Amino acid sequence: MVKGLLGRKVGMTQVYDDSGRAIPVTVIEAGPCHVLQVRTPERDGYEAVQLGFLDKKRPAADRPRSRSSQSRRSERGHVTSRLNSKRAKRRQSAGVQVVPKAECEPQRFVRELRGAAAGVEVGQVVTVGQLADVKAVDVVGVSKGRGYTGVMKRHNFRGQRASHGVKKAHRQPGSMGMSASPSRSFKGERRAGQYGNARVTSRNLAVVRVDEQRNLLLVRGAVPGPNGGFVIVKETNKVG
Amino acid sequence: MTNKLIDELEKDHLKSEVPQFEIGDTVDVHTRILEGDKERTQIFTGTVIARSGSGAREMFTVRRIVAGEGVERKFPLHSPRISQIEVKRSSVVRRAKLYFLRDRVGKAVRLAERRT
Repeated sequence: MVKGLLGRKVGMTQVYDDSGRAIPVTVIEAGPCHVLQVRTPERDGYEAVQLGFLDKKRPAADRPRSRSSQSRRSERGHVTSRLNSKRAKRRQSAGVQVVPKAECEPQRFVRELRGAAAGVEVGQVVTVGQLADVKAVDVVGVSKGRGYTGVMKRHNFRGQRASHGVKKAHRQPGSMGMSASPSRSFKGERRAGQYGNARVTSRNLAVVRVDEQRNLLLVRGAVPGPNGGFVIVKETNKVG
Repeated sequence: MTNKLIDELEKDHLKSEVPQFEIGDTVDVHTRILEGDKERTQIFTGTVIARSGSGAREMFTVRRIVAGEGVERKFPLHSPRISQIEVKRSSVVRRAKLYFLRDRVGKAVRLAERRT
């Protein structure tokens, strides 16, 4: 299986290394993760391991009353085979083989890690210990959303002058292109728009420390997203 | 905002005996520096004009006048490279940041000594 797991960004601090240098680190609460499903080429057409992180509260009532509670039941059905429903009983009496389930609580953050899944079983628990001998990791998160922003903030444009005849255009992008030829603006021109709240991968972050007792992972440098944001940590795919 | 997990992590990096000094104190900061493979101690003397940050990230600023030019150095309080902080003299000060010293020259830089 690909060395990786799911986690939550805790925040940043600094630690001192053996020579007394301060290293800026991001603390990630990584795992433990339940393996919820194993994707195989025969059944799914690709190989992957589906992991879940953090327990989710079960709905108060166990019997479905509304559409929403039904969907929560299906979430539970994804992780447990002991669902006390009419359908489950019917299937059992009909002798339908139930696929193995992780037998855990419904999970808050569920993602798949692509890659060879041999030797991984549903219900297995993945901890941060597997990253102990990994030098560097890639961290995937959702960056902080900044909303609809102008070109100065979004693309580091310089804007225009404060004086010398500039009128109400101090933060505007300026020219978009040429005139009669080509009579259009080119595609891909950088403009104002939604900035942030997008999936971002920080690659090749050095692993500073792995704390198995507290399920913590310390990586050097910054990680996308706010404190408390969910992240995917994988062994880096960067070569050399 | 402090986070419990981060606080616990930082605990390992705090000095067991935090050097005691206050704003306005004149201190000798002993810094271990590596020159090639030899280690020696460098001393920086000056007035503590600010402390900032918290936990293992706390820093302090020391100011002195070298050859008529103001020099400030900022040290991490819990760095293992800071071997010792000696208080030479304490002063009477009424604020937490002594940035006003930056605008003063000559005799005006002096602070009244605190006697206990």
